[in-house]
Amino acid sequence: MLLSARGLTCIREERVLFEALDVNVSAGDIVQIEGPNGAGKTSLLRILAGLSQPYDGAIFFQDNAVAKQRETFHQDLLYLGHLPGVKDEMTAQENLEFNLALHGLDSHTAETTLAKVNLLGFEDALASHLSAGQHRRIALARLWQSQAKIWILDEPFTAIDKLGVEKLEQLFVKHADNGGCVILTTHQDLSLPAERVKKVTLAYRFY
Amino acid sequence: MMWKWLHPYANPEISYHFAGKVLPWCARLAAIFLTIGITWALLFAPADYQQGDTFRIFYLHVPAAMLSMGIYLGMAIAALSSLVWQLKLADASAAAMAPIGATFTFIALVTGAAWGKPMWGTWWIWDARLTSELILLFLYLGVIALHNAFEDKSLAGKAAGILAIVGVINLPIIKYSVEWWNTLHQGATVSKLGQPSMSADMFWPFLVCFIGFAFLVTALICLRFRTEILTRNSMRPWVRELVADEENAHAV
Amino acid sequence: MTQLSYRAAFALIVKRDLMIAFRHRDDIVNPLLFFVIVVSLFPLGVGPESTTLSRIAPGIIWVAALLATLLSLDRLFKSDYADGSLEQMLLSPHPVFILVIAKIFAHWLLTGLPLILIAPLLAVLLHLHESSYGALMLTLLLGTPVLSLLGAIGVALTVGIKKGGVLLSLLVLPLYIPVLIFATSAIDTAAMNLPYNGQLAIIAAIFFASLTLAPFAVSAALKVSTN
Repeated sequence: MLLSARGLTCIREERVLFEALDVNVSAGDIVQIEGPNGAGKTSLLRILAGLSQPYDGAIFFQDNAVAKQRETFHQDLLYLGHLPGVKDEMTAQENLEFNLALHGLDSHTAETTLAKVNLLGFEDALASHLSAGQHRRIALARLWQSQAKIWILDEPFTAIDKLGVEKLEQLFVKHADNGGCVILTTHQDLSLPAERVKKVTLAYRFY
Repeated sequence: MMWKWLHPYANPEISYHFAGKVLPWCARLAAIFLTIGITWALLFAPADYQQGDTFRIFYLHVPAAMLSMGIYLGMAIAALSSLVWQLKLADASAAAMAPIGATFTFIALVTGAAWGKPMWGTWWIWDARLTSELILLFLYLGVIALHNAFEDKSLAGKAAGILAIVGVINLPIIKYSVEWWNTLHQGATVSKLGQPSMSADMFWPFLVCFIGFAFLVTALICLRFRTEILTRNSMRPWVRELVADEENAHAV
Repeated sequence: MTQLSYRAAFALIVKRDLMIAFRHRDDIVNPLLFFVIVVSLFPLGVGPESTTLSRIAPGIIWVAALLATLLSLDRLFKSDYADGSLEQMLLSPHPVFILVIAKIFAHWLLTGLPLILIAPLLAVLLHLHESSYGALMLTLLLGTPVLSLLGAIGVALTVGIKKGGVLLSLLVLPLYIPVLIFATSAIDTAAMNLPYNGQLAIIAAIFFASLTLAPFAVSAALKVSTN
């Protein structure tokens, strides 16, 4: 059991998003969290990543409580949220180099990795001159170098074209096959075979 | 472990009812002690041979000042238990206690100024105690303002709690530095707000007043805690039942 | 995966923050200009009389330094919070307090250090007593890091709040009072040609206490703000 959550209750601004929720993710799983807007998908992902504290419940990484071993958990975690984490004042390559180095990866691979996300030629462009989609691709580039087992991705396909989405999906399958897991939300349909994808559905609760 | 007995009170519903039981007792005891204490202090205790009857404001000023600091300490301890033991209830402590503490600080400042006017002819003097109380008021207002700035109340409680803890660590340093500063710039005025050596017939009314105010503070804190618990748990079934019962009682 | 050592992680963050600041030079220059302008206002408001100015010079310089630091604190976490870099730092395999200390150190290099370098010029403007210059520089050297450390706590608490700037002042200025008192006292004592080691020792103690404790408060506050 790579990542599991027991009894998760999330309350945001007086509204109960979900209550006593259990999530179990094993190596090789691709899990899609789905539900209407406002159902708490982003909140659930942030709780699983350890960014948000749930009202109740706990997260376990390889059967040990995450709260007791944050740094070990973080070594095997890659989280990409709505915000890409790209600084306007740095170039695309500098941004990726920093992101890679921050997570203990080799920053010299930055240039070749940018090519994988079709940003070849943009390495020295300041991020303030790049579009939101290009920012997202700089953020996603890390996936190609990451050695983290758990990938938690919030709407990774935003502003990515069809070819890019396919490449990402293949990357997810490869990652899962290598013993990792992917937990994601997306509004688009995944073109992966149905038996590959486990679904967790959240309903919209009014109180 | 020894904190096991505390665990039931981590449940908001149990705490709500517990506070509800404690509240009327504290209120009654407060009323008794304050009535005795204030009458004693104002009418029967001796006048100070130097300051005359204006000294009597001491019986209000000093308990207010002591409680203002005690409440801040209590708030910080509650915040610490919230952060360390994850007691959800303690998140509400900053919201519940800060306004009461701020009010008592304000009372201490106003009574200090009222005491000062007949003494030195000015409404304000930068002596060590008043200056520390003023800074304490800023610390309280900071906690309250920070709490109000967050929309999510549990995050508000955590943030205000962190600020309260930072403040309580700084409080002795601030007090020490202000006292030190005051001795540097003493000038001609000597502070009479420092406690004079109390004779026995001044000490007892002071103690009774202090105990009365302490019960009052506890009663107010219980009241505010109950309000905070209801606000933060408004979507829970037990609160809905409570409201429904109230409505039925009034309907009948 | 190579795990960065504490020193490497520290250096990585400091380099990045310095790089960003140098491409955004306004952020560095504006608080300095503010420092100079505020100090210049006092002779205009109080009168240019030399003895008055030299009497209140320590207080003016230090209060202006406090306010200029407050202005610059915004830069510390706000931009990282807004673009998601802060989250990524909190989720990195490094302990948060190392990253926090790195950011605060970079902030001090860009704010505190320039203040210290400009202060003698302002002291001249205010007719600061000649024997006080050493005390002025030493108190600023020991005190400005404290301003960055304590200020970071306030920023971390308010980074998620819209228009948190004014609230920041209310939260942080009371915490600055001890440093202000001891620093100005040291400078006054130096003007009388008396030793001011006592005051310096206290400021140094406050510095070491904040260096060890503030990063934990900042980390806790950042976790609340990014919740």
